[in-house]
Amino acid sequence: MEHSRSLLEGFYRAMVRIRACEESLVEPIQDRDVRCPCHLYSGQEAVAAGICAALDDQDYIFGNHRSHGHYLAKGCDMSELVAEIYGCEAGCSLGRGGSMHLIDPQKGMLGAAPIVAGTISLAMGAALAASIRGDNRVAVTFFGDGATGEGVLYECLNFAALKKLPMVFICENNFYATHMPVRECRVENSIYRVGEPFCMPSYSIDGNDVLSVYETGKMAVDRCRKGEGPVFIECQTYRFRGHVGPDDNIQGCHTDIRPREEVDSWLQKDPIKRFEHYLLSNKLIEKRVLDTIEQEAQEEVARAHRFAKSSPHPDRKDLCAYVFK
Amino acid sequence: MSSNRKLQYSLAINEALHLMMAADPAAFLIGQGVNSPWYVGNAAQGLLERFGEKRVIDTPVSENGITGAAVGAAIAGMRPVVVHPRMDFMLYAMDPIINEAANWYYMNGGKVSVPIVIWGIVNRGGEQAAQHSQALHAMFAHVPGLKVVMPSTAYDAKGLMIAAIKDPNPVVFVDDRWLHRTEDVVPEGIYEVEIGKGIIRKEGKDLTLVATSYMAHESMKAVDELAGEDISVELIDLRTVKPLDRDLVLESIRKTGRLVIADGGWKTCGLAAEISAMASEEAYEHLKAPIKRVTLPDCPAPASDTLEAAYYPTAETIAQAVRKLVAWR
Repeated sequence: MEHSRSLLEGFYRAMVRIRACEESLVEPIQDRDVRCPCHLYSGQEAVAAGICAALDDQDYIFGNHRSHGHYLAKGCDMSELVAEIYGCEAGCSLGRGGSMHLIDPQKGMLGAAPIVAGTISLAMGAALAASIRGDNRVAVTFFGDGATGEGVLYECLNFAALKKLPMVFICENNFYATHMPVRECRVENSIYRVGEPFCMPSYSIDGNDVLSVYETGKMAVDRCRKGEGPVFIECQTYRFRGHVGPDDNIQGCHTDIRPREEVDSWLQKDPIKRFEHYLLSNKLIEKRVLDTIEQEAQEEVARAHRFAKSSPHPDRKDLCAYVFK
Repeated sequence: MSSNRKLQYSLAINEALHLMMAADPAAFLIGQGVNSPWYVGNAAQGLLERFGEKRVIDTPVSENGITGAAVGAAIAGMRPVVVHPRMDFMLYAMDPIINEAANWYYMNGGKVSVPIVIWGIVNRGGEQAAQHSQALHAMFAHVPGLKVVMPSTAYDAKGLMIAAIKDPNPVVFVDDRWLHRTEDVVPEGIYEVEIGKGIIRKEGKDLTLVATSYMAHESMKAVDELAGEDISVELIDLRTVKPLDRDLVLESIRKTGRLVIADGGWKTCGLAAEISAMASEEAYEHLKAPIKRVTLPDCPAPASDTLEAAYYPTAETIAQAVRKLVAWR
């Protein structure tokens, strides 16, 4: 599939912005400047970048505990994200939500929540709203392999298919549900097949290949817009950091989970390096352009941290504001 | 005269749904059995024919997913009413109700509220046993971010359903099947009963009796009987469980000095316990006697009707509690 230069640049920019933002949080987390639990998205950038590029501004997405990438890829403001993580009033959730509750309704980012599988039904509701209004929007839910253990996923697969709702199920299979390898969670490991009993087109793709993610996502979104119902996409990917925080959970460390060789093999499949190599070897975009994008991302990150550090925390007297509207 | 029109409780809810769905294209009804009298009786009649299956959505038995969908639709700008024809089955939907709907506005810094009505019907009696009879309003009232209403009359059922649909927050609307056939004068157009406001059903001076939902009816019978014994009871029907109309209750206690609470839920950590605690925290110096709770015992609902008769409080149970307190010292 041929893609425009601006689209290719967009993929690169989206991934680099996410990586730069995530890695900028490592030190503040270790120094306890950032205290709220951060589930870093490094390594999985191609999923958010590819899917969100297939959506329009008015389309809806819902995230999960690991959603900095979804929020940024949907076009939401990085300074408000970092301010939220620092617990500031200027954060996207006014310091009430932290890293796991990111929102920007104007950009179609309708929220994120760490209850595993908890936002699958919410995205289905947004798709239902679009269907009732006939406004041609599409709703996407991002969830992990761990969510395939929750019953509500299957309720939603059935109902979304039954009502042909404009909804895309994106399962980011990073092979670990917190500490538990997916092979120990599931008797059957072709996750994409969970969509098949519900007569839903279901795919398993290389989630570290942003072009593959985009092309599959675009096909799914087009299908939704034609009223042909939901699509299930399993994106196989890997987190470069720990389940929560910067620790990468390599065997031998205190959060002993993943074999060193496994982590190393996935580092070889870094979605950003792979895409950069593709762009350069096919002479699609010049190195200096990529360098500029990288430089701009680093500057944006620095601005975001300056913004957060100069922003006040919420006032104690406002503790119970926002319980009811 | 239309101003004196009487209407059944269930039809008052039905009229509220008709009016609000006609007035607001964002309003819709979703849940198990909205197309079947087996589940919600006549409360949903005529809606499917009038508004079509896009807005009157009968669903498979998937309470968690469907309630979550209603929450998500509300986040995306709709005004859903999701019905649980037996409140017991609502327990499958605790995640979207509590984790998501109740918390959403707060944890997102007020960016998006969740204007949803979660309608749960209590189906007590009828030898239906422990999983078809539970009144769970206190569990929901415990959670910040949820409003809980429990109308006892057809007038209030319509006015509170309309207010709940218009409210920008999640509202748990609890009705009792035993009320569905009761009748009341119900105006025809759109009107609201304000959420958070109780009502004095009968003024009195000797004792304050606070009740909700079906227990308000039993309480009224008790009050009438006690009047014949020269005991003057002030009956407050809370109508809303959360937020509580604290001022109304406290003002009455300051006047009478005695308090009985009649609630159709369990005793421990229940609504009656909450009102009792509020009274002792804020009106202690006005109390002339201990507070008495009339509730279900801490026991699941039985099947056998002999046990049911012992399980559910009646007007007589309430009257006995009142007599005891009035005779206190």
